[in-house]
Amino acid sequence: MSILRVEGLTRRFGGLVAVSDVSFEVPEGRVTAVIGPNGAGKTTLFNLISGAMPPSEGRVFFEGQDITGLAPETVARRGLVRTFQLVKLFSDLTVLDNVKIGTHLHARGGLFAALFRPGWARAEEKAVAAKAAELLDFVGLGDLADAPASGLPYGRQRLLEMARALAARPRLVLLDEPAAGLNAEESARLSAIIRKIAAGGTTVLLIEHDMTLVMNTADEVVVLDFGRKVTQGPPDQVRNNPDVIAAYLGGVEIGHG
Amino acid sequence: MALAALPWVFAVGLVGYAVLAGGYLATVVSFALIYAVFVVGLNVFMGFTAQVSFGQNAFAAIGGYGSAVLTTMFGWEPVPAMLTGICAAVLGALIIGYPTLRLKGHYLAMATLAIGLITYEITVEWQSVTQGYMGISGIPPLGVGKWTVTSDRGQLIVLVAIVAVCLFAAARIRSSRLGRAFFAVAGSEEAARALGIDVARYKLAAFLLSAGFAALAGSLFVHVVGFVSPEVFGLHMVILSFTMLYVGGIGTVAGPLIGALIVSLLPEAFRGFKDYQDLAYGVALILLLIYAPRGLSTLFRRREAKS
Repeated sequence: MSILRVEGLTRRFGGLVAVSDVSFEVPEGRVTAVIGPNGAGKTTLFNLISGAMPPSEGRVFFEGQDITGLAPETVARRGLVRTFQLVKLFSDLTVLDNVKIGTHLHARGGLFAALFRPGWARAEEKAVAAKAAELLDFVGLGDLADAPASGLPYGRQRLLEMARALAARPRLVLLDEPAAGLNAEESARLSAIIRKIAAGGTTVLLIEHDMTLVMNTADEVVVLDFGRKVTQGPPDQVRNNPDVIAAYLGGVEIGHG
Repeated sequence: MALAALPWVFAVGLVGYAVLAGGYLATVVSFALIYAVFVVGLNVFMGFTAQVSFGQNAFAAIGGYGSAVLTTMFGWEPVPAMLTGICAAVLGALIIGYPTLRLKGHYLAMATLAIGLITYEITVEWQSVTQGYMGISGIPPLGVGKWTVTSDRGQLIVLVAIVAVCLFAAARIRSSRLGRAFFAVAGSEEAARALGIDVARYKLAAFLLSAGFAALAGSLFVHVVGFVSPEVFGLHMVILSFTMLYVGGIGTVAGPLIGALIVSLLPEAFRGFKDYQDLAYGVALILLLIYAPRGLSTLFRRREAKS
């Protein structure tokens, strides 16, 4: 069963083709990684899938429904939530408040609830706080709940963004380079967290440069180069593919993880 | 914690003293409190949601003229006239905000500036209703039925109660799902949308709320003064309210009150400087912005966090 299906996705910027006729499927409940050299079109691909920009050609199907060209907030409401390569936190707010905002779709209070705080709104607010704290513990930021988000080191900002995305209870989460800025130990912990996310029923699609992480974490790997899909398959198979080796530094073998 | 409460202690102390002292100080503080209501609204749009509007005076004008016209020409009671004025302003904000809030940055600022100027022109030109530059006088004071508030001190007490309710409302909005959505729009529109927040809708909500507060302030002004003319809601209102917001502390709860009090009282404090009054006022504002760039109400909080 695939949760996401991408068909012939193409995006041109003037004369440049950033993503060219890319098709693949993301199996439900698994971890799929998109890898490729810098400039291979990975982040553009994420932007096309999440609705941040419309494709020039091609279609995106999420849970069997065509979501091509829908606004990002509509895509999120359907259950597809992303993180960003350049972290986009609400930096003036605390770590906890960032995650609370992530629960937006699954809470309901408006102006009336804000001003008069009826019983249901207070109960909901408590549930939101509890859920946010739980997610912070999950990514290992539980001790930093009241710290300002902008004060976190880069790697931890990424973990926070991940917790915030999970707060929206996605059925598919897109992680754009979650391991950037993490050391080897933190990266190993991240790998375990990603496996746990998938085990909890949330499908994961990630972009990553850290080959050790990809090889240890992903069930399926999609390789892009110059905007085209080079190959797709389980990590072991992809690692030994001559086209993949050629794409990376012209023949240096990758990922001994 | 104790130091962070200092701005509140200052505000309560000053307003309390004005209530006891009465007279000229009570009048100055009354106007400051009316401005505080206006700035609370501005803060929801500019502080919480990080949008810019130079046209909030338009909504104060709708509220103020709504009250003035309905009470003097149609003999309405002040309270229903105020409520009608507020509804008209919010409706106006909806009609104006729906198309303009799609604009970003400078374009939105220019569009809102235009709205303020257009409203001003309407108050000048629509003489059959507004009486142009002459203005409308004989507007009844605040009150319900036979019970009216006419004394300086009485008006001040009513205004204190209204400002307290407005600040309470702002504080509650700030720590709610609605407020979090505003702050999300302020922090990163892209991230907010990726989390399913309808950015256009929350910008509009913040705009409507700020228009409501502006209209309330406009109505209060005309009932307290008993007179209204186009100049009351001119561009100077925008400049003054921006100064108050930044001096007090944009995005905070106490900021609008502190800013309104300080900016209203500073010129009075420098009255003794005679010819140099404006100069001293200007220097004081610059010093405030240098030494408390995030506003007076965060001054002590920041110090505390550092030590």
